[in-house]
Amino acid sequence: MKEFDPGDNAASIVSVTDRVRPLSIGMPVTAVHFLGSQAAFVGAEETVALVNTAGEISPVAVHGGGILCVASDGTRVVTGGDDGRLVATDAKGEVTLLATDAKRRWIDTVALHPEGAVAWSAGKTAFVRSGRAEEKSFAMPSTVGGLAFAPKGLRLAVAHYNGVTLWFPNMTANPEFLEWAGSHLGAVFSPDNRFLVTTMHEPSLHGWRLADNRHMRMTGYPGRVRSMSWSAGGKALATSGADAVIMWPFASKDGPMGKEPAMLAPLQARVSMVACHPKQDIFAAGYSDGTILMVRLNDGAEILVRKNGTPPVTALAWNAKGTLLAFAAEDGDAGLLEL
Amino acid sequence: MADLTSQKIPVTVLTGYLGAGKTTLLNRILSENHGKKYAVIVNEFGEIGIDNDLIIGADEEVFEMNNGCVCCTVRGDLVRILEGLMKRKGKFDAIIVETTGLADPAPVAQTFFVDEDVQKNARLDAVVTVADAKWLADRLKDAPEAKNQIAFADVIVLNKTDLVSPAELNEVEARIRAINPYAKLHRTERCQVKLSDVLERGAFDLDRILELEPEFLEAGDGHDHHDHHHGHDHHHDHDHSHDSHNSGGLKHYHDEDMQSLSLRSAKPLDATKFMPWLQNLVASEGQKILRSKGILAFSDDDDRYVFQGVHMMLEGDHQRAWKDGEARESRLVFIGRELPEQMIRDGFEDCITP
Repeated sequence: MKEFDPGDNAASIVSVTDRVRPLSIGMPVTAVHFLGSQAAFVGAEETVALVNTAGEISPVAVHGGGILCVASDGTRVVTGGDDGRLVATDAKGEVTLLATDAKRRWIDTVALHPEGAVAWSAGKTAFVRSGRAEEKSFAMPSTVGGLAFAPKGLRLAVAHYNGVTLWFPNMTANPEFLEWAGSHLGAVFSPDNRFLVTTMHEPSLHGWRLADNRHMRMTGYPGRVRSMSWSAGGKALATSGADAVIMWPFASKDGPMGKEPAMLAPLQARVSMVACHPKQDIFAAGYSDGTILMVRLNDGAEILVRKNGTPPVTALAWNAKGTLLAFAAEDGDAGLLEL
Repeated sequence: MADLTSQKIPVTVLTGYLGAGKTTLLNRILSENHGKKYAVIVNEFGEIGIDNDLIIGADEEVFEMNNGCVCCTVRGDLVRILEGLMKRKGKFDAIIVETTGLADPAPVAQTFFVDEDVQKNARLDAVVTVADAKWLADRLKDAPEAKNQIAFADVIVLNKTDLVSPAELNEVEARIRAINPYAKLHRTERCQVKLSDVLERGAFDLDRILELEPEFLEAGDGHDHHDHHHGHDHHHDHDHSHDSHNSGGLKHYHDEDMQSLSLRSAKPLDATKFMPWLQNLVASEGQKILRSKGILAFSDDDDRYVFQGVHMMLEGDHQRAWKDGEARESRLVFIGRELPEQMIRDGFEDCITP
């Protein structure tokens, strides 16, 4: 355990804090995604703020209320709001209304497929619209907690109470049900399409090896896991929820079964966000005390990106090339780092 | 910590059997000129006709937690809705959750104990139960949900008093008191109750556990508000074995399956014995214990210790130093179903220092 005290320890760690371009987004921020070289900071309500590499901020009005969920495919950010609208915002700040819930229910979750399909949910109903095809909906046994598209084919994982439904919207076959007791709130497929991992309401993850539906219990977190990120090539899954970044090994065919996770970058603060570099074995981690570190996977070497002393880090993302890191704390105090 | 608590959004849970007048009370709260904005969470299939800007339909999904205790349930939909509402912090001052008439209040309350993120942003203020003066006595016989709601309440709004005679009113009130002698009770017509009597009660605030005395009422004096304390100290500890008897004009009933149990000791408790005992008690009997509260005097401790619990969940803290001249008396109350009274009494006796 160590603590970053700007006075005493500043010399003991490599710091790039002086290379960060500070930004003041001017609103609470809940997420950030890159659209090319532009960072799209997603507000807690109403607004997405686009920021270019020169640090110029362009706010875009997207919702008439709270923004409840967001997903990005690198060309657009798609947000769902408590105004019952699903909205896409592109790098130019152009806003497209994708859907409006007929009953104006909250849009709770959203996911994007690399080939253009979009899925969202309102209450117990999941919706999918693929490129040209019409919209399809599917009623779940309980409220949808999270959505994820499989990397191949049009297959959607819908996390809910007591398990995950795997739905092939373009097939007539019955959806597959992966059962595990408890409330599942988020889902990710491994990039090689072999594993599915969910975050649970309890402080744990659950996983399935899709070939044989074998269970993987990933427990021991002190807090709920809210942020997950696959390392370059999908070799490991980095997760928040503890006072260190918990990295589950996925390189072998058994994934993390029977293995201990790596614990990197421990601080006296809870990890709130993780973002793995898209190409190199590096991740960035944000903490509940505002600290941000860059960490090398193989030896745990750390570089300080942002000092502690603010509200939790709520947004953290790399651009696709891995040359830019964007971050924001809950209060909208943000930054851009060019590597 | 007081500052942190005050920043948390207060949540009032509004419960009551079908037709008791929950929506009437809700509309009264919303229409009153109080200058406050409320976010209202109602059942999606519930009654309509609520006039408010921020109104959210809920599914009342009750989730079991995977921590091994069967009664540890939370409202999954509430976790999600509160998280969404927190994105709109500053747009409202308080939250009101209206449950369906058949709902058990426990999962709603437990949501505020179990979920870390909910706890960070919101605090349960009170469970307010609206009861129908004309029909409650019948519902207490045939609807376990109605009994749960009375037992769980911090505040009971005994509504539609104009539809019953004074004698019937006293009768139903005595039935309520047999189950829950500790809730604040207000007799109303059309839910005409002062908002300060139902909102900002701080019923789950450890700092506001000041005394644990039953709320005594005088029968048949015809006043609308019966929530004043009387100076005399009845020992209303359910030591009576017969079904009913008269005491100061108000009938005392003993409910068949829902009771309250009160324990007290003038001698200090041994904390090293009491804490494990209490934790074991709620772990083993938590399904039966709906609510518990206590003010405790430990030996070698100059602070009052207070606790409260919902089923198996407990929270407690040192509250303040005992004042000079204040009797260092320990008091505990349990409200529950088929409470193992003798076992609890014996266990408690063992925790008293010799």
